[in-house]
Amino acid sequence: MTRRQWWATYLRLFAVQGSWNYETMLGNGIAFCLEPLLTTLPEEHRRAAVARHAQYFNAHPYLAAVAVGSLARAELDGEDPQRIERFRTAACGPLGSVGDQLVWAGWLPLCSLLALGAFGLGATPLVTVCIFLGLYNVGHFALRAWGLRVGLTHGLRVATALANPVLRQGPRVIAFVAAPLAGVAIPLALQRAIGPGRAVAGAVVVAAMVGAAALAAYTRGRAQGWRVALLALAIFVFYSVAR
Amino acid sequence: MLIDGTALLLNALPIALLGAILGLDMVSFPQIMIARPIVSATAAGAFVGRPAAGLLIGVVLELIALETLPFGASRYAEWGTAGAVGGAVFAAQPVGVPGALPVGMLAALATAFCSSWSMVVVRKMNARIVRTYRCAIDAGSAEAVTNIQLRCMALDFLRGFLVTLVALLIFVPLGRLLVNRWTVDAVHARAVVITVAATVAASAIWKIFHTTARAGWLFLVGLVGGGIWIALQ
Repeated sequence: MTRRQWWATYLRLFAVQGSWNYETMLGNGIAFCLEPLLTTLPEEHRRAAVARHAQYFNAHPYLAAVAVGSLARAELDGEDPQRIERFRTAACGPLGSVGDQLVWAGWLPLCSLLALGAFGLGATPLVTVCIFLGLYNVGHFALRAWGLRVGLTHGLRVATALANPVLRQGPRVIAFVAAPLAGVAIPLALQRAIGPGRAVAGAVVVAAMVGAAALAAYTRGRAQGWRVALLALAIFVFYSVAR
Repeated sequence: MLIDGTALLLNALPIALLGAILGLDMVSFPQIMIARPIVSATAAGAFVGRPAAGLLIGVVLELIALETLPFGASRYAEWGTAGAVGGAVFAAQPVGVPGALPVGMLAALATAFCSSWSMVVVRKMNARIVRTYRCAIDAGSAEAVTNIQLRCMALDFLRGFLVTLVALLIFVPLGRLLVNRWTVDAVHARAVVITVAATVAASAIWKIFHTTARAGWLFLVGLVGGGIWIALQ
């Protein structure tokens, strides 16, 4: 494999969800990303591989890089198509749940909280945005590159690479860092957003804690918070305009 | 700035283009999180000439967006277009008017509601595009695979553009109208909005981290530390 092929695949990985849909989900995106790595295969073999990989597939978009690398290695090594199909089916669950826990429920909230904390400490718009995007994307770009590399190295035996401590312990470590950070960053951000008036900031924090407990207890995850916020703000705006 | 007929449309077009780029980032390409409201609202505020105002509403929206975990097929708010609309509507109001933040937030969340629905529509249309290419895909055509990818991304880009444009054309004049009739004072208006956002944020933090042992205590330790920091300032 040439460096050009690797980069072409890596860049395509950023568009792996470009055709996301409820029927094939990531399927077409996986075939799109694999295509540069399959150019050395004989025409008939390459066409069969593209057809195979454009079928249903689902995973976390960043860890889909692992699947793309593994599937490319398998195709280049001439693995049995049935074995490749079994791998595709088996990989969906782990690559989805590990990625969701590590990135969506870990790394992303952590970077958001750091940016909120920076805002609370008086950072300018440019600095706040750079902290968030810079930090988040160091992890993001590295995870995609790592996924593609381990996939291409291990092929269908990539399960051993998924035992990597970052993937196994990462969500827990991030939670230990993010929980106290949330306790510091949210009040700091609130105070700067509210402006002068410590009493108002204190009242907001107390009201928010009580409100959050009520929201968690009464909705039990049935209603999304942003919809509740939309309703509450619509009522408030109506009250202020109509009274 | 963003007012009246043709001027409104002309001013809305670049922000709609920005909304299209930010909306595309949410799922399709490249997912570098410029769609998060702390970025999208700041960028829209900068377009209107007030990045600090964009950041302020972006931070409040980000508190709400902490809850959004974009898990696969689940339906969630699309913050790229919402942040762009919220940032532009808020930054377009005169500085210091009491109703600007609540109205900007309402515009952003209403846009999030519509763009969440529009994503479902686009995903169904993507499936239709894939079906039209089914024979070519089954024959292993790499060209068909690339065409599907490009058409679906173009569709998502168009979705973001239209959602942002329509939302701006509605909420900029409506926002001006609501702000002019606003009666609650600035301190209380801002406190209500931020309390709502902080409530969702605290609930989100609990939802995300409550399964981790001792995370609740760590959050409380942080909260005490943050409180002391604020008190000492």
